[in-house]
Amino acid sequence: MIRDKRLYLEDVTVSFDGFKALNELSLYVDPGELLCIIGPNGAGKTTMMDVITGKTRPSSGTAWFGPLIDLLKLSEAQIVAAGIGRKFQKPTVFEQLTVFENLELALAGTRSFLKTLRASISAVQRERIDKVLETIGLSDHRTSLGRILAHGQKQWLEIGMLLMQDPELLLVDEPVAGMTPHEIERTAELLTSLAGEHSVVVVEHDMSFVRSIARRVNVLHEGRVIAEGNMDKVQADPRVIEVYLGE
Amino acid sequence: MTMLSSDRGGRIFLALMAIVAIAVPVFNQLVPASSPLHLTPFGITLIGKYMCYGMLALAVDLIWGYCGILSLGHAAFFSLGGYAMGMYLMRQIGTRGVYADPILPDFMVFLNWKELPWFWYGFNHFAFALLMMVLVPALLALLFGWLAFRSRVTGVYLSIITQALTYALMLAFFRNDMGFGGNNGFTDFKDLLGFDLHADSTRVVLLMATALALAGSYLACRGIVESRAGRVMRAIRDAESRTRFLGYPVERFKLWVFVFSAAIAGLAGALYVPQVGIINPGEFAPINSIEAVIWVAVGGRGTLFGAIAGAVVVNYAKTYLTGAFPEIWLYALGALFVFVTLFLPRGIIGLVTAPGKEK
Repeated sequence: MIRDKRLYLEDVTVSFDGFKALNELSLYVDPGELLCIIGPNGAGKTTMMDVITGKTRPSSGTAWFGPLIDLLKLSEAQIVAAGIGRKFQKPTVFEQLTVFENLELALAGTRSFLKTLRASISAVQRERIDKVLETIGLSDHRTSLGRILAHGQKQWLEIGMLLMQDPELLLVDEPVAGMTPHEIERTAELLTSLAGEHSVVVVEHDMSFVRSIARRVNVLHEGRVIAEGNMDKVQADPRVIEVYLGE
Repeated sequence: MTMLSSDRGGRIFLALMAIVAIAVPVFNQLVPASSPLHLTPFGITLIGKYMCYGMLALAVDLIWGYCGILSLGHAAFFSLGGYAMGMYLMRQIGTRGVYADPILPDFMVFLNWKELPWFWYGFNHFAFALLMMVLVPALLALLFGWLAFRSRVTGVYLSIITQALTYALMLAFFRNDMGFGGNNGFTDFKDLLGFDLHADSTRVVLLMATALALAGSYLACRGIVESRAGRVMRAIRDAESRTRFLGYPVERFKLWVFVFSAAIAGLAGALYVPQVGIINPGEFAPINSIEAVIWVAVGGRGTLFGAIAGAVVVNYAKTYLTGAFPEIWLYALGALFVFVTLFLPRGIIGLVTAPGKEK
């Protein structure tokens, strides 16, 4: 088989006390693709993210990041270093630091105390921060403290903190929960713009949001993919209607 | 100093230090003793004491205000630094002691000890003693912090074990066979580096050295909190697990800041002892550590200069109240802490700086 995908999950099974959270799940992500995963509660969406980021180990199956990196052999920190960034549902930014400083701390680079004592921002790093600020639409808020940001802005800042490490694959968990319609629209633009340079996997409940961003959708049910394709195709799928959309 | 350009409070503080360092010798040495403006030795000692407390407050603010570690045992590091200085001063007494033993301090002769215990070796050299004033508190902080932070002990549990630490040390130092003078501690010092501790000129120089140490510690702390490491510290304070998730070794950061803070506290204690002329196990009392935290809260947490201001203001009030109304001091202290917590969450410094400007 020619390995030319960004992410390969093949026959991944995770069982918790006999309950199969993932049941021989197979799923692929292309380089630069924006893939949406939808599915009812308990379909295994979060467990799938946990497997990719090393938080949960599957009982069988394989998970490869590109053709060379076996995710099942790496620790959580190593997976982050390999280029997989995950955004959790609840945004956590540093409230008492400015937007710029939040991004500064997320810069790839030294993590040692003595080195950070003397660390300064190089011109290249400053440019990188400026670019990310522009991408996430917070250029005008660079000196604002994290705590004064609106909920949506915090979400974008957190995505920005992930982008600072320039991950090849971004996993985004329910990005628009609790957002205003305007913020949802901006988030859709942001995620669409990230695809291309990064592969982006979005797990989301909000159907209209998924429809607005997704080129390809995977529908999860009981730990496996039951339908895949564009939104119109999966919405027309009778199994999907039965388990999820038809409710 | 580019870092001071945005630090108005710091500039004011450093200017005040310079004024004190110049004014004290002038008003003590040049203004004649008959003048009402003459600064008495008592006055010098009082100012010197406040500045040592200011250093202790600075040390507490660095870890509590910026890194979220509420240490209720910082007086332990202060006292250890003081004891290290005390050991040097005891060795300097020599044959001028009551028992006139050239090697053994009086209390050892009194206890019928024949030889100097091994841990007293070297304390007749000032350079060695100076090293110990900083090293002993720092090493204790390293060991204690390593154990506590590695086990992820945080919040109120950490505060409680720091109280236990200082309490345990107090009980240990009360014992005569520890070799530190038991409950009498060390006193009756004669001279420091050959200079008579009772001479006004020595007192003035000691005070100037304290002003210098306080200003230097302030600049060092300011340097740390303005660096990226300082921003990581604040990140740890506000969202510890998020900081860990970004790849920062949170425990290491806490440990190094804790050790540095303990070293400052130790130096403060070392400067305190020759000025007040005594060190005894009472300095380890848990209440002393708690008072230091109150100074910081009153002055304004997370500002550094606020902590120093708080130490001076509260101690001035203490000097006054314990003289005028000794029985109400502890009630006043408690009431002050409650008042500040309820109505002045940013301390007295918060009254004079614009809201939202502090970090």
